[in-house]
Amino acid sequence: MSDTGHHAMWEKLNMDLEAHDGLLEVLGKFYGDIFLSQENRLTGAEYLDFVLSEVHGLRIRELQDAKAEGRKVIGSFCVFVPEEITLAADAIHVGLCAGAEAGSDLAEQLVPRNTCALIKSFIGFKMAKLCPYIESSDMIVGETTCDGKKKAYEAFNEIAPTYVMEVPQTKSTAARDLWKAEVVRYMKAVEEMTGCTITAEKLKEGILIANGKRRALQRLTALRAASPAPISGRDALLVNQISFYDDPVRFTAKINELCDELEERIAAGGGVAPADTPRLLLSGCPMAVPNWKLPYVVESSGAVIVGEESCIGTRNSRDLVDESGETLEAMIDAIADRYMKIDCACFTPNDERLDNIEDLAKRLNADGVIHYSLLFCQPYTHEALKVDKALQAAGIPMLSIETDYSMEDVEQLKTRVEAFVETLA
Amino acid sequence: MILGLDIGSRSIELVGLIGGEVVLSRKLPTTFSPLDQCSRLLDGLRPASLVGTGYGRNLIQRLALDCECSTITEIKAHALGAAHLFPEAGTVLDIGGQDTKAMSLVDGRVLKFEMNDRCAAGTGKFLEYTAGVFQIPVEEFGPYALKGENPPEISSICTVFAETEATSLMARGESPEAIALGLHKAIVKRTANMLRRVGLKFPMVFTGGVANNPCVLRLLAQAVNGEIGRDILIPDNPDHMGALGAALHRHNGNAARVA
Repeated sequence: MSDTGHHAMWEKLNMDLEAHDGLLEVLGKFYGDIFLSQENRLTGAEYLDFVLSEVHGLRIRELQDAKAEGRKVIGSFCVFVPEEITLAADAIHVGLCAGAEAGSDLAEQLVPRNTCALIKSFIGFKMAKLCPYIESSDMIVGETTCDGKKKAYEAFNEIAPTYVMEVPQTKSTAARDLWKAEVVRYMKAVEEMTGCTITAEKLKEGILIANGKRRALQRLTALRAASPAPISGRDALLVNQISFYDDPVRFTAKINELCDELEERIAAGGGVAPADTPRLLLSGCPMAVPNWKLPYVVESSGAVIVGEESCIGTRNSRDLVDESGETLEAMIDAIADRYMKIDCACFTPNDERLDNIEDLAKRLNADGVIHYSLLFCQPYTHEALKVDKALQAAGIPMLSIETDYSMEDVEQLKTRVEAFVETLA
Repeated sequence: MILGLDIGSRSIELVGLIGGEVVLSRKLPTTFSPLDQCSRLLDGLRPASLVGTGYGRNLIQRLALDCECSTITEIKAHALGAAHLFPEAGTVLDIGGQDTKAMSLVDGRVLKFEMNDRCAAGTGKFLEYTAGVFQIPVEEFGPYALKGENPPEISSICTVFAETEATSLMARGESPEAIALGLHKAIVKRTANMLRRVGLKFPMVFTGGVANNPCVLRLLAQAVNGEIGRDILIPDNPDHMGALGAALHRHNGNAARVA
């Protein structure tokens, strides 16, 4: 992970240097065990390794340099925060830390103990002064996608001023109107913070950049339908995770290069695992860096992951913003429409997600689905039951997993996952 | 000879097959040195292959055996063992030392399974722990509980809190047998729910050490409305099912290859 040459920068960001060094050390070891130990990795994975190794280093340096030039950094926790608008204001859009237990015990001072690991983690990262992204953000954007989060932002706001977007809970016309109003309100807030007026031309540019990133991710998703699986689920998850951190233009170019390499590999009949390896789709809660526990368990159990139906996965890349609009109004409508297609479990009803999972499993030639919910995540644990029923009707086996970021249940998870893989073989 | 070795949290079982027939079966407590215990079980044997299963299945790699070694999960192992003895089985329930598993079977294959999360609620460990409160050996806990009447409701599913609850019921003057019965009912309630979630189909085969507990058995029959011996089947050695299934996995695999 990032070398200590960045200490002065982290100190300026008021981070806890000692604890942060400890975190990077653990992360580095984790990364080595889970990623660098893989066989048949792509040459393009060098980019992933480099970005991850500098996730708290060079990337933060870039953010600081941009800030010195007057650009602003907006940090968010959710795929509902429209990146197009951030980009149109020449600001930088980054995902914030939320994938490790770091500081979770501190978080229990602000949120109840039985809160999902992701929420505890983002609060913990801030309280323990471990996330340089939070410390670099000029604006932190929350959203009301579940009760846990919406109440947590009230508490979080006391330690880091947080702007909250109201995500509706249905897909009615009224809900869509509310969401569009929220998009406009966000645009105004971003304009005010950056001092930049968003024009049709600039918004178009933002839409094209965000769509470009999504197209590269869509291309990757489609290539994973090949057998043998051309890329490990771990590396593909890493691509999805990095899409939240890295510069979008650079990311798009790099992932398209990676896809070129994948195409060559597929044409040559190569892969990361033999063709008869059981293929699994992961579905459910997002997996923020460094939440790699389940993918690692799955791919150490004789299976390969061929897709991620999650916010750090296809939910973030499946739909594009319509690019035909020429006026600001038309583009805002197109943005509002695109985000309303997100099949987050916060919606009621949310039946399109069931169709999307079935469709994705079939398109990727998955033999089964592992539904992943974070403990205490009501929306996704509820939907696990519905997804199970729908997949059963479609003849697709499913295993439901409920866990958090701790390691105490790794052995039990292995037994479950191995047993599931045995049923598929 | 093909060996199946089930390294569980409480006990380790070994079953040997020759030509598909059981020729050997051994058992030892796991203790804190499962590797030593495995070596003792394997003493004097020269198997052609060994299949490990159970919580400690990966320990077989450290046994430095001079034969072909592989592993399967205890879920598959118990299903194979149960389906071998009772080919008509629709469901398998395995309550072991620290895990409870329910599996639905179709033609001897696992279709769906459930397993307890993290804690030992409703497992053999729960019985062992609570028997300790009554200061009687776990083997005698079932017969003891059968003497109870009007059991109080034990609402906690947590092993540690159930003990607290039992202690406060004793302080209230409830009879110890009735409390013991209440503790057994708590296990069975949880188990029956798990069976319903996998879609309980009779006949059900009950495996694992807890199948030896007559109180759990009787309460379970009541809870799922099934008759012991017809709907609920117990193998002669329910705790050897994992080891048997592991050995059968290799045996069946061979048979398939020859065919």
